[in-house]
Amino acid sequence: MTPFTFARATSPEDAARLAALEGHRLLGGGTNLVDLMRKGVEHPTTLVDVTALSTEIIETARGGLLIGAATRNTALAAHPLVRTRYPVLSRAILAGASAQIRNMATVAGNILQRSRCAYFNDPAASRCNKRAPGSGCDAREGFNRYHAIIGGSPACISAHPSDMCVALVALDAQVHLLGMTGARTVPLAEFYRLPGDTPQIETVMAPGEIITAIELPPLPVAARSDYRKVRDRASYAFALVSVAACASVQDGVLTELRLAFGGIAPKPWRALHAEQALLGGPVTREAVFAAMDLELAEAAPLAGNAFKLELARRTAVAVLADLTGVTA
Amino acid sequence: MSRVQNAVIGSVKTVLGWMPERWLPGGTPDPLIGRHGEVGRQASRLDGPQKVQGKARFAAEVAMEGMCYATLINSPITRGRIARLDTAAAEAAPGVVLVLTHRNMPRLEIVPVMSISNMGAVGNSALPILQDDQIRYNGQVIALVLAETQEQADHAATLVEIGYEQAPARTRFEEAKANARTPASILTEKNQVSVGDAPRELQQAPYSVDNLYRTPGHNHAAIELHAVTTAWDGDALTLHDATQAIAPTANALAKLFGVRREGVRVLSPFVGGGFGGKAFWDHQVVAIAAARIAARPVRLMLSREAVCRMIGGRTPTEQRVALAADAAGKFTAVVHTGFSVMPTYAVCPEQYSLGSRAAYRSKTYQFGQRHLDLDVVPNTYMRGPGESVGSFAMESAVDELAHQMGIDPIELRRRNEPETHPLSGTAFSQRGVLEAYRMGAERFGWDQRSAAPGTRREGEWLTGMGCATGSFPYVRMPAGAVRIHLTQGGQATVSCSAQDMGMGTSTVQSQHAADRLGLPLEAITFEMGDSDLPPAPMAGGSAQTVSIAAAIAAAADKLTGELLRMAGNASPVAGLRAGEVRLVGGELVSLEDPARRDSFHAILSRAGRETVTVTASASAPLEMLKFAMQSMSAIFCEARVSAVTGEVRVTRLLGSFDCGTILNPKTAASQFRGGMIMGLGMALTEETLFDERSGRIMNASLADYHIPAHLDVPDIEVIWTGIPDPRSPLGARGIGEVGITGVAAAIANAVFNATGKRVRDLPLTLDKLL
Repeated sequence: MTPFTFARATSPEDAARLAALEGHRLLGGGTNLVDLMRKGVEHPTTLVDVTALSTEIIETARGGLLIGAATRNTALAAHPLVRTRYPVLSRAILAGASAQIRNMATVAGNILQRSRCAYFNDPAASRCNKRAPGSGCDAREGFNRYHAIIGGSPACISAHPSDMCVALVALDAQVHLLGMTGARTVPLAEFYRLPGDTPQIETVMAPGEIITAIELPPLPVAARSDYRKVRDRASYAFALVSVAACASVQDGVLTELRLAFGGIAPKPWRALHAEQALLGGPVTREAVFAAMDLELAEAAPLAGNAFKLELARRTAVAVLADLTGVTA
Repeated sequence: MSRVQNAVIGSVKTVLGWMPERWLPGGTPDPLIGRHGEVGRQASRLDGPQKVQGKARFAAEVAMEGMCYATLINSPITRGRIARLDTAAAEAAPGVVLVLTHRNMPRLEIVPVMSISNMGAVGNSALPILQDDQIRYNGQVIALVLAETQEQADHAATLVEIGYEQAPARTRFEEAKANARTPASILTEKNQVSVGDAPRELQQAPYSVDNLYRTPGHNHAAIELHAVTTAWDGDALTLHDATQAIAPTANALAKLFGVRREGVRVLSPFVGGGFGGKAFWDHQVVAIAAARIAARPVRLMLSREAVCRMIGGRTPTEQRVALAADAAGKFTAVVHTGFSVMPTYAVCPEQYSLGSRAAYRSKTYQFGQRHLDLDVVPNTYMRGPGESVGSFAMESAVDELAHQMGIDPIELRRRNEPETHPLSGTAFSQRGVLEAYRMGAERFGWDQRSAAPGTRREGEWLTGMGCATGSFPYVRMPAGAVRIHLTQGGQATVSCSAQDMGMGTSTVQSQHAADRLGLPLEAITFEMGDSDLPPAPMAGGSAQTVSIAAAIAAAADKLTGELLRMAGNASPVAGLRAGEVRLVGGELVSLEDPARRDSFHAILSRAGRETVTVTASASAPLEMLKFAMQSMSAIFCEARVSAVTGEVRVTRLLGSFDCGTILNPKTAASQFRGGMIMGLGMALTEETLFDERSGRIMNASLADYHIPAHLDVPDIEVIWTGIPDPRSPLGARGIGEVGITGVAAAIANAVFNATGKRVRDLPLTLDKLL
């Protein structure tokens, strides 16, 4: 690990100011950044501790929730309003990592966590365009079981590893940003950039911008929501495929639907095409399969992850059937 | 590993075959068998309180005055040479004491590697350590950086500038088959064995299966990282090590560094898991060399990544198992052959075909293993070497044949149970695997199994049951000495350089010594973990318990002789010999006439002695050549498989063991359970991701190398036959490794029963079941 200095941000503005400085990186729970420093992937000159920023979870005037960026994952998952109004979020968080890591990890840190690709995390010996732009991608023809089947590019096929964020995109979460030029709000679904030719640029954040909060809109359908994570090991493993869904059915047809996937794309994947295709119809195996075919029409699976096409649509059927009480 | 060895071992076995049983160790059963005493009692571990209070000091926790900290640099390339090396920046970094590379490393010989013909050797690799600029595998140690703090050392290591000249490397399993080696022997066994015309039987038999089974490499993943804390004082060396081989390590270091053996002290009272991975590797040597050059005590604890890269794991295998059976379900052919990776500089042949040779009666047999040369970290022993992966192939095949024939898989095994060793005709010392099956099946509820696969379902979850046989050979290591020091007050100290990697060595041997010496458990002190004590063999091959037990028995016999001699003519036991008395209640008691007795206290008092001390070595382990001896198990599994996702969740595991006398039910159950959990990991998730393009391991961390998490581990029930082995000390056989064997097959068989899908490639990941 390269020596670094340590600073504490006293306010969001202070954090934004420090974040803009060369070599400065924000430190939340440290569950990802410290690992990356140990592995030699990240070499910050200064760590800016932002855990003193807001950890509040407050109900908004509209009836949604505003969640401070430094809120610990465990606290968010355990919050009564989250558990009752947005159970999908609670379950997604609890499906991730381990209790110890969730106790440390912050909400903003979770959103900004980086790739778990083995080649990204191996600066000593592996090529990775995300870590060293232009060096090549060893994952494409290497171990890519945990990698994206959709949204990737020739330069990068890394999948976003978060569980929480899959639920957040399903819930239409908004990201509150603060930078030198002021504050703005971006939907989480538009917050991440697909890799294209520049996989090193992962979000729409400008240099020096920081996340101050996440806002959940009021969403009555979310009271009936679920998260299902598919993995070989029952605990402490990233998703091969995960599904977040909120659904309501009236007279046998879907009247409202939010559907998102984890483990299959460089960002938490909101399945808008599948939602459109399914709305107004019944939840049947055939309908979900057809909708997923539409959603994944652009998929470009590789040797190690082609199974995810089938796994994603099967899991979607099971989750929607469970949520809507039908046998699909 | 040679034809000479085959001839020698073959001749010894032949001679022993002629020799009357009573001439051999175990010819007369150990008198402690069946006696109710401390042995067999559910004693808690004597070191438990120390461990839970954090008072047990492990190798990386020993503090030394003026100690500095080391970090290693491991090669990121697989073959080639170091073309450029600049250590100036690292040496100039704050706190740096030394940068050790091939340039300033002392010139050392190759460490002798462990082998059947050199049981006292301890090396895991026959490659030079930091002796030249050559890179021979990915992960090889190329430099050590020593600094005042660990952080300074870690940072300075990133400042060592190294340029590599890459050379082509052999990294591909399939390609290496063209140059596969066929060794003459596998451990003590002749490698290629053919009895009758197995290919013809396979063609003609009404029932047969013939398939390839693949198992991946496995990383060693003991909770304690490999570590040493070491210091020189002149030519005297102290090494606090995490090792399974204390005395052999001290011997090897004395030779390697050219110092007197008496001046080398290796201490390892506690080891946080060994599993075959903690013998002698490069890290001990470079740390000791650094301590010598720097003239400072050195601590080196490997990172988890370094453990994966420079401590070899279990090698990958591709095994062919073919079975043929006649209409009555009697085997007419048993074939087990295959390939595994074993570089010429490695020590472990991953003897996957050996278990199969003692498993079933058949009309014909064919066995043989071939080794592949790859440029990889030398593979080594890992819990149940050979049998763990070999039983996956063989016991899956038995299940496949049973399904094909429509016979219950336990019944098929029963029909082919051998009465003597299938190949040699040697008598089994004791074999109760069918009894283990009977007990296990009853306890598990095997009769609830549906013979037709894929027929039990709860919601989306398909449920199935499977079983498999596990086995691991009985081994007692040659040599090994024990000292007994008895006081007039009736306190005994029993000492040898034994190792405890968490199994409960000191607890069980204290129980044993109490019974052997006729003293209460509280009167026994068991000293171990120190090379200054009489040398014990390494803890490996599930052999330590009986190896030390035999030495304690020999020392107790000698002590008895000493006491009888001291007792004098006035003693009630005068004239009796060691074999004619037993030690009980602090007394020597005549076997023939229990009224004739004399107490240790009285004897020592009369002789004017405060204490008496004896040292003796164990008898040669000839019983393992005279008899076919192995621990066995019947493993039962209930597994659920999601019809939606293919996820496998094991819901119940039961191990029914036949391992002779169980010396301590509590520590034994823990050993069995731990082995079964390792088998669960092997079945479901464990896989070294070896990138064949580069020769590099891509999951050198516990985040990416998936051992079972708590949620993966179901209730595991452990039972045993407890039938003593009449040929072994205490009637015991090894229990450390048999627990992992058979488990992967039982799980794969349960998954087949649940789904109708047969997976022959481990691990059983969900993509294979979609």
